[in-house]
Amino acid sequence: MLVSVRISSALAAFAVALTTATAALADAPERVVSINLCTDQLGLLLAAPGQLVSVSRLAHDPDSSAMAEAARALPTNGSRAEEVYLLNPDLVLAGTFTDPATVQMLRGLGIRVELFAPATALSDVRDRLAQMGAALGQQDEAARMIADFDAALNDLGDAPATRPRAAIYYVNSYTSGDRTLAGDILRMAGFDNVATEAGLSDGGTLPLEQLVMLAPDVIVTGRDYPGQARAEDVLGHPALRALQDTAVAGSLTDQDWICGTPAVLNAVREMRALRLHLEAAG
Amino acid sequence: MRLAALLLALVAVLFAGSLLSGPLPVSAGQALVALFGNDGTPLAVVMREIRLPRALLAVMIGASLGLSGAAMQGFLRNPLAEPGLIGVSGAAALGAVLALQTGLAASFALALPLSALGMAVVAVLLILMLAGPRGASITLILAGIAISALAGALTSLVLNLSPNPFAAADIVFWMMGSLADRSFTHVWLALPFMLVGWALLAGLGRGLDALTLGEDAAQAMGVRLPRLRLALILGTAASVGAATAVAGAIGFVGLVVPHLLRPFVGGRPSALLWASALGGAAMVLAADIAVREIFPTRDLKLGVLMALVGAPLFLHLIYKTRKELP
Amino acid sequence: MTLLSLSHMTVLRNGCPVVDDVTVNVTRGECIGLIGPNGSGKTTLLRAALGLLAARGDSSLATLPASERACAVAWMPQSREIAWPVSVQTVIALGRIPHLPRGARLRDADRAAVDAAIAHMELEAMRHRTATHLSGGEQARVLIARALAQETPLLLADEPIAGLDPAHQIATMQVFASLARGGRSVIVSLHDLALAARHCTRLLMLDRGRLVADGPPAQVLTPENVANVFGVSAFYRDTPQGVVFQPMELTG
Repeated sequence: MLVSVRISSALAAFAVALTTATAALADAPERVVSINLCTDQLGLLLAAPGQLVSVSRLAHDPDSSAMAEAARALPTNGSRAEEVYLLNPDLVLAGTFTDPATVQMLRGLGIRVELFAPATALSDVRDRLAQMGAALGQQDEAARMIADFDAALNDLGDAPATRPRAAIYYVNSYTSGDRTLAGDILRMAGFDNVATEAGLSDGGTLPLEQLVMLAPDVIVTGRDYPGQARAEDVLGHPALRALQDTAVAGSLTDQDWICGTPAVLNAVREMRALRLHLEAAG
Repeated sequence: MRLAALLLALVAVLFAGSLLSGPLPVSAGQALVALFGNDGTPLAVVMREIRLPRALLAVMIGASLGLSGAAMQGFLRNPLAEPGLIGVSGAAALGAVLALQTGLAASFALALPLSALGMAVVAVLLILMLAGPRGASITLILAGIAISALAGALTSLVLNLSPNPFAAADIVFWMMGSLADRSFTHVWLALPFMLVGWALLAGLGRGLDALTLGEDAAQAMGVRLPRLRLALILGTAASVGAATAVAGAIGFVGLVVPHLLRPFVGGRPSALLWASALGGAAMVLAADIAVREIFPTRDLKLGVLMALVGAPLFLHLIYKTRKELP
Repeated sequence: MTLLSLSHMTVLRNGCPVVDDVTVNVTRGECIGLIGPNGSGKTTLLRAALGLLAARGDSSLATLPASERACAVAWMPQSREIAWPVSVQTVIALGRIPHLPRGARLRDADRAAVDAAIAHMELEAMRHRTATHLSGGEQARVLIARALAQETPLLLADEPIAGLDPAHQIATMQVFASLARGGRSVIVSLHDLALAARHCTRLLMLDRGRLVADGPPAQVLTPENVANVFGVSAFYRDTPQGVVFQPMELTG
């Protein structure tokens, strides 16, 4: 009884939110500020000229941003409420993992904040494009981009005869499982993810020993960041090189793998090329 | 001699235990075959490239810390003197971090332990300067707090300024220490320095025994104090510096082990040296097994466990020596 | 044969002489008492003679290499430090360090020396007790035994009998006197002039760093010297039971 009341009131609240959102769409926002790396890129893809006025600082960093070149035309912000408010936006784009205090503060100041969840699968790219198109009032452009994305993805989706076993290995022994964007890229490119064998469908810590025992056909590691961190040491551990039948493909998981944008197609292409190369090498 | 045999047996058992401990259950037989077979199977790789260097490092680092602790205590005639507590390990960690972040360590490998050794020398010199000839507890502890705090702050600063997004998370490693995923690279990097350090410290026994009766009496018994002091500084810095450069600052080993073993060697500082080296090896091996068995996937830091055992003992020792505190 | 020769020893502290131009020769078979009021430079003179302190002038001991010096002279400092809870026997065996080759364990000769020192100081009963648990006087006797075990021709002891009970004070002085009779020599600083007068063969009297008298007790403990240096009058009589010396009253 109580539960159903709660659900119905939640539904009511949702409906209200929906109508406000639709009402806002009637007139597209004019000053949009993005404070999240992924919304930066979706915004850059879909915003009309002049509509997006600022992107987050990471957007200019070619190590993290797949669209650093395009982002350079825009000034950056430090993703903090004070700075963002002073930019006088009528829409702020943020991630669901953006500091809740920042989001609360901006909303409290009467600014509309649109939250985007991180992508955990390739199919999420469609949803994010559609959401961004709706937020910016660029629905047509978004629909065109989704169609292109689907077509490109379709071209890459050949079914290989044998699926090599791969592991994605990040700093601090972290791995990505099937239910992640990186895992989905791997699957699409024709690999089986050994994280699944280890029971890590969402990803998590895969001890080096366990990785060695799984002896995957290929270990895909992240790119080398500038400077030094002990957390990265594990990627250069001699045990990885000592595995006789395992190829270590370094510096692959880069900016194309982070956000649910059409840039993930590059990641799929690269991994697919790697698989074809491995097949050719026998 | 019975103590030596006992400690050696303990180290041997714990060494075997360390080789058998990990996220992957391995039987003793399988482990032996994998260790000596070198057939390139994944299990052989795990045993030879991951577990063996880890266990070896535990022995080397434990011996270094136990030996340095016993030597420093003997020299200062104070049971509170310990490389971790008085800031030597912290300073060595700063040296290591500086070598890594400036890129020096990448240009030539020995820069890492050398830089750690250099900063450790600075810390030992400061301690000996501040604590005076007979290390009074209060100055020793205060000097240790100051040096540890400064070294810790500078380490954090350097790591926070690093362009690497993961460097800041390393602060915990450098302050607490861990042997997770260390390799033979680290063994070979640390071993030469540790051997030099051990040789220097092991030669101190006679002088430290004589120092039991004070500096004057020791000198009159033919002990050359300046030489003893120099050997202590270089020996401690070399062994603690090398240990910290590869595994971070692991505290309390040099405090707990000599304290536990002192009654068994009749209090003689010379006998405590080798006993503490063996005891330190056993303690770090045991702690490293514990961190893997308690939280297999968490990379629990060794320093956490050491502090849980060591800090209460430290408090107890302070309580006992409080009479000499003003 | 000369065991120690000091010539024109001077030690300056902040420009002031603490030991002032002291010249002394010590031969075999002497039990020498070093006397003088507080701050007269007794400890400083002994440490300078050992070479533990920078000094002007010459000391035959200070110029020896450390290991040779340790076989020539034993030193019992005033601060009775025993840093670790070691057994009495272990403390006394430390005295053998100068004679042991590097890394060697105690040999029979060393054990014999330790046993002799224990017997001399009547420590057999507490041989295996922990030295740090003993009373101050007992620790002093252990440390004297430690110096005896070093078996050097010369022994320097800085106030070794301070804090001992009368029986042990007398016993200790008798040990020193018997060492002298056996051909070794002892220099002992002390404040008890009565014991010095009775047991020493020779006294050195220091006043503000200067050696004001050097000779047999009867020649040193003259009423003038005692009054000038210590500021007291004293009773001195050679009796059939030995010398009796008793400080009496403060003088002017």
